[in-house]
Amino acid sequence: MKYRTPLSNVLGLGSSKTGVHHWWVQRLTAVALIPLTLWFAFAIVSQRLDFSSFESAREFIGQPIHALLLILLTFTMLHHSQLGIQVIVEDYVHGPLKVVGLIASKYAHIAAGVAAIYSIVVISVGQVS
Amino acid sequence: MAQFILPPNSRVKKGKHFKAEGAKNLRKFVVYRYDPDSGENPRIDTYDIDMDKCGPMVLDALIKIKNEIDPTLTFRRSCREGICGSCAMNIDGANTLACTQANEDIKGAVKIYPLPHMPVVKDLVPDLTNFYAQYASVKPWLQTRTPPPPDQERLQSKEDQEKINSPSACILCACCSTSCPSYWWNEDRYLGPAALLASYRWLVDTRDEATGERLDELDDPFRLYRCHTIMNCTNACPKDLNPAKAIGEIKQMLVERQH
Repeated sequence: MKYRTPLSNVLGLGSSKTGVHHWWVQRLTAVALIPLTLWFAFAIVSQRLDFSSFESAREFIGQPIHALLLILLTFTMLHHSQLGIQVIVEDYVHGPLKVVGLIASKYAHIAAGVAAIYSIVVISVGQVS
Repeated sequence: MAQFILPPNSRVKKGKHFKAEGAKNLRKFVVYRYDPDSGENPRIDTYDIDMDKCGPMVLDALIKIKNEIDPTLTFRRSCREGICGSCAMNIDGANTLACTQANEDIKGAVKIYPLPHMPVVKDLVPDLTNFYAQYASVKPWLQTRTPPPPDQERLQSKEDQEKINSPSACILCACCSTSCPSYWWNEDRYLGPAALLASYRWLVDTRDEATGERLDELDDPFRLYRCHTIMNCTNACPKDLNPAKAIGEIKQMLVERQH
């Protein structure tokens, strides 16, 4: 038998006073992704990009403007993806698994972002030993 | 995880078919039945109704069934003109009021279920305790610090009154909240469109002086931001109100006070 009042259940632990920042950044990254993905799609088609070898990838990513835009695209996309996955986990996963899912998603996104940006920098300015 | 399959004791079984004799203009009414005292699973009963001897609305048919065919059928109803919100149910796959839904606007058999994803008390009667508690939690009354003028009521311009005209018309039938998938998965923490529309009604009331506190209470990933602009709420509202737009404007207010 539960003796808590319905109002006490609804009030729960109170408002977390966060949420607006998450919502706002999700919109900001979404808007930024429109020109960035359009640029990337246009670049792939117009320059007939070939990433099969280090040399051919270097030819494109070696240009600073391309490297900068690629880093921006990677960061914005993974940031947006992280925010979105967080919403999906909060929507559908209940119980102790929820926090595990939220942390795993955050770590995976940060790892993927660091790896991708490191690769872009290496291809752009570095050499493969 | 969110539950996508009904537990075994909630799975719906085939029920009885009440046939009508000697009628020409027959219509099938397929109704969800559940009696907690019987210990049995919910079932679907089918009633044949002579439409020549039945009123135009779905509620007329339900009353005819209860009066003439099966007195055990349980449902809420009161005003029969769309102002009390008692007879909200899922008719032909959409949440609406049985008293304002015409039978002739439905194709084929009329399928009647209780409001989705709520605990069922009996047949078409859902348990709205949590829904009403959510309404109470947004403090749906005027909050002020300035005392009222001693010789008159608190004044408001005609334009300001018009802002609260539409959200004030909510009858709390729960059609919107129970049509919202976000509310289905998180009804314990997401306030739902009805409670948020009620909160909006006080947020835009120019006489209210608790706007900041009201926004503080809503600034929460679950209470407000479970809304993903699915818009089922606006689609379902039998009073043609727009909870989705109200929620969007609450989100705008929260961004506005940050910049």
